[in-house]
Amino acid sequence: MNRLRVRQLWFAATLLMSLFLMLIPLPGPLTPFKPYWPALILLYWCLQSGDRVTLGLAFCLGVAADLFDGVLLGEQALRLTAMVFIALRFRSRLRFFPMWQQSLAVLGFLVNDRILLLLVRVFGGDPLPPVEYWISPVVGAALWPFVFLILDDLRARLRIHDA
Amino acid sequence: MALNRDDKSPLFAPGVAGTLRLIVYLALACVLMVLDHRGGWLGNVRYGLSLVVEPVYRIAGLPSQGFQAATVAFADRQRLTEQNQRLREDLLLANAKLNRMASVAEQNTRLKELLDTQHSLSLNVQLARLIGVDLGSFRHRIVLNVGARDKVQPGQVVIDARGVMGQIVEVMPTTAVAMLITDPNHAIPVTIERTGLRTIAYGSRAGDMLTLPNIPVSADVQAGDKLVTSGLGGRFPPGFPVGEIRDVAQTASGTFLAAQAKPAADLDRSEDVLLLHDLAESAGPPPPAPNVGPPSDMKPDPNVAPTLPSVTSPTATPLPARASTAATSTGATP
Repeated sequence: MNRLRVRQLWFAATLLMSLFLMLIPLPGPLTPFKPYWPALILLYWCLQSGDRVTLGLAFCLGVAADLFDGVLLGEQALRLTAMVFIALRFRSRLRFFPMWQQSLAVLGFLVNDRILLLLVRVFGGDPLPPVEYWISPVVGAALWPFVFLILDDLRARLRIHDA
Repeated sequence: MALNRDDKSPLFAPGVAGTLRLIVYLALACVLMVLDHRGGWLGNVRYGLSLVVEPVYRIAGLPSQGFQAATVAFADRQRLTEQNQRLREDLLLANAKLNRMASVAEQNTRLKELLDTQHSLSLNVQLARLIGVDLGSFRHRIVLNVGARDKVQPGQVVIDARGVMGQIVEVMPTTAVAMLITDPNHAIPVTIERTGLRTIAYGSRAGDMLTLPNIPVSADVQAGDKLVTSGLGGRFPPGFPVGEIRDVAQTASGTFLAAQAKPAADLDRSEDVLLLHDLAESAGPPPPAPNVGPPSDMKPDPNVAPTLPSVTSPTATPLPARASTAATSTGATP
């Protein structure tokens, strides 16, 4: 019982942390290199415990991120929902990929996410973004192994600690 | 455990229910976006939820604040003394200039009193600090630590020591979001100081420059020209430095000159900014008079009006009368 609660707390804490990471600015020239943290953390949970991540959760997280971001309500909700849907559909296969293939898959997810964002913005009347717009997915994919291993390690430790 | 092969995660077969749910959520998101884009009520929602949003901003701003504190704490003495010395010199210079300006300003106010105009040279400002929060990439927005409780309103102009930074677009109880002049959705009416040419500076989609895409081909514009606010449009008061033109080239169509300008304000580095309290006087045409025409008691009775021409002067409007009679007669014959 207690263990379940700790796990749920850890789950919620990582999602909250991803929102904070999204808001914390990087120093000036590094700004385009910032990965899309909520997507990375959600993808980790999709692969790790797919029964806990649902489309509804992704939608809610996206709406929360939109509230903090203050750009367009529903934009990130749309992106995260679409991403989680694809990830959940291919979850069973993705889980058995070696790490480099998983990274490539994550790159695909993130690029797809950027394309969705581009569509939304262009429909909203924004101009086309500069080239640096496409750096972020690559950084996200490069960071993926570390994110995955660190979160996995922490999860394992918490479970051991708790038992 | 590892091979979780139940209905919930089939290895290959996709679920129909999942797709349906996806469509519902996507539709919901689209509806939200359209409603927000049309109605712009995200601001109201955010204002309502500011109890949650603002503390998060404060916490998210802590790392950058700590970073700055650390830079100051670990900066060597040499650099701090140098900086101090430079600031002293700047202050001395500024004070000397101010003293010289004071007499001119006084003279100016006296002359203006004689001319009976309402403009004043004094600035009514409010100091604000930046909160280091990243509001999405390629969005040139900043968060300030003042809000509705400090009487901040949307539309107030944000400046720093060197020039115009932007304007407030969203106000929450204790924080406010400002759009920088480099935002692609931002435009600011400017004058080229040297020639007095009026034009509009837009934010650019890439980087931290301003673009002036429609300068007439015959206009005299050079790199190095200073841009100041023109005061047209009634949002930005006139005379504040905006930027400096870096290069001028013809547009692809050849009908206009397009210039790139570098903003005068330190958009990346400013920590403390000033909010102007007086908005510029709206310099457009006066609003239309609400009540034109004769007083209502002198207006003809609408029930009587249509019959008037035929009753009073049938000869003055023979054609319509005949036409109408013809119409009625033709309408009556069949």
